[in-house]
Amino acid sequence: MSIFHATGDTSQPVSWIRQRNRWSIFGILFWLATLLPFYFFPAYLGLANQVAIAALFALSVDLVLGYAGIVTLGHAMFFGLGAYTAGILSARYGWGEPISGLLLGGLVAAAVGYVASFLIVRVQHLALIMVTLGLGLLTYELANAMSWLTGGTDGLMGISTWQIFGTFRFDLWGYTAYSYSLAVLFLCFLACRLIVNSSFGLSLRGVRENVKRMPAIGSDYKWHLRKVYTISAGIAGIAGALLTQTTNTVTLEVLSFQRSADVVVMLILGGTGRLYGAIIGAIIFLIARDQLAGINPQYWFLWIGILLMFVVLFMPKGILGGLSRLIRREE
Amino acid sequence: MISNIVIVLFDGFAFGMLLFVLSVGLTVTLGLMNFINLAHGAFGMLGGYVTVMLMRQFGIPFLLTLPLAFLCAALASVILERTFFRRLYRAGELNQVLFTIGLVFVAAAAATYFFGTGQQPIVLPRWLRGSVELFGIRFGIYRIFLIVVSLAITALLFFTLERTRFGAKIRAAVDNQRVAQALGLNVERIFAVTFALGSGLAGLGGALAVEIVGLDPSFALHFLVYVLIVVSVGGLGSVPGSFLGAALLGIGDVAGKYLVPELGSFLIYLLLVVILLIKPTGLLGKR
Repeated sequence: MSIFHATGDTSQPVSWIRQRNRWSIFGILFWLATLLPFYFFPAYLGLANQVAIAALFALSVDLVLGYAGIVTLGHAMFFGLGAYTAGILSARYGWGEPISGLLLGGLVAAAVGYVASFLIVRVQHLALIMVTLGLGLLTYELANAMSWLTGGTDGLMGISTWQIFGTFRFDLWGYTAYSYSLAVLFLCFLACRLIVNSSFGLSLRGVRENVKRMPAIGSDYKWHLRKVYTISAGIAGIAGALLTQTTNTVTLEVLSFQRSADVVVMLILGGTGRLYGAIIGAIIFLIARDQLAGINPQYWFLWIGILLMFVVLFMPKGILGGLSRLIRREE
Repeated sequence: MISNIVIVLFDGFAFGMLLFVLSVGLTVTLGLMNFINLAHGAFGMLGGYVTVMLMRQFGIPFLLTLPLAFLCAALASVILERTFFRRLYRAGELNQVLFTIGLVFVAAAAATYFFGTGQQPIVLPRWLRGSVELFGIRFGIYRIFLIVVSLAITALLFFTLERTRFGAKIRAAVDNQRVAQALGLNVERIFAVTFALGSGLAGLGGALAVEIVGLDPSFALHFLVYVLIVVSVGGLGSVPGSFLGAALLGIGDVAGKYLVPELGSFLIYLLLVVILLIKPTGLLGKR
């Protein structure tokens, strides 16, 4: 298998996993670079916060789409569940403590994800895409119909998020918001890194590459898929809760098909099956949208459409995949 | 009460027939090549704009614009198939989904550029307007026209598929592409022709839809969900399945919005998920 062609003694799975878990200089530089907005672009901290949240969401989709090969067009349902859980907790029950709201948002999304995962593993190909799409649309309609709880099309009013650990207040400029989101993103990234570079992560790739052979080598692939789907739903829920807490609003948009589609586009741009691909895709997508929509919002779709077609035709592994191929060729 | 039920069934069936014409092409091409073409609705949108522009700019009568809408959509699909789509047949479903949805976005932006974001109303000829009264219930004449046209198309499709040589080739290629190829059928050519015909039908459906659902640049994206539901519920490659799926969806959609408007499209999506979980290949799908 091509994934074993890394440097060093990788003939043993254990040493391969250990080697994958080492930090590279690029990784360290990348995370240092995420601190740049504090010093160089303080006016864009709001955008940086959006990017961090979108990156976390894209990371969760990468787990199911990039590693396990489940094509999903409805992942916004988990994002929205997390967002509404954190929002309802604050607006309806008056509990605005951020960390517990975050965890509860993740838990609720993961619980629903666990239930949904039983449905997801039953279907493949077009039916799978349609079931994820259908579940996403169902959740949207449900939230719209339950306006006594969710606020319906007006959005949920009256959310207030308390200080983090009782000391860090959310400020107008977004210093706290971005620090908070970045910290959560980093922690979840570490978790995802552990997951994909473990024996569990390897069996997920096995499912992605050849679903029929996995049972033949004694691997319970349905259980693996259910596990990763639940984890992914939980992370998406955390991302949604982050959005609620840093903006103090929830609208139906968090559940929309647009959000599900956007996150897949981000992932494809960056490169599926790579954790950094999800983050870089989110950065490029949101900055491009911010800049291009500033020029002419109507034609944002034109650019994203052209970009999508270009990436599929010429860079099927995304921007990161294309870069790593270029580098390897020079070697 | 009875008259309400009848009118819901009638309107729903007319809407379903519209959906059938819009989506039957995708059913067959998906069954043939497993090519997930989310841009199918964009051909419908093209047909709609062709009809609107021909009627408004050149004063061509409505009925005459319908075959032209068919031709334009078919032509556009052939060009796209030859240049782009054929590279993607072996590219995996995710790439197909992304490329074609990118195409939908570009089509929407192009429609915005040329025609603006507004609705494009058309004025039907006098004999298609109004309604007739039967047993005390008023039926819209245009909806009757829609059902008649769609049933005629359905009959033609069945005849072509079941009774002609070309239809036999299509069925053979859908059933088993490899064996069909081994028997000397040029599956790629069959696919190209079927693709053009299917997209043409979508164009015709788009032209017929203008009066019922309106036409704006979001048409392709909006109907994408409906078309996909018809295809996946009916079963890939199954024309009778599509007919059944479209009729179910049309009646379900109209009935749901009429009887429980507060739930919106909830029931439709619930039905979609339940049907696919019980029968992942669709109601009448073989694979």
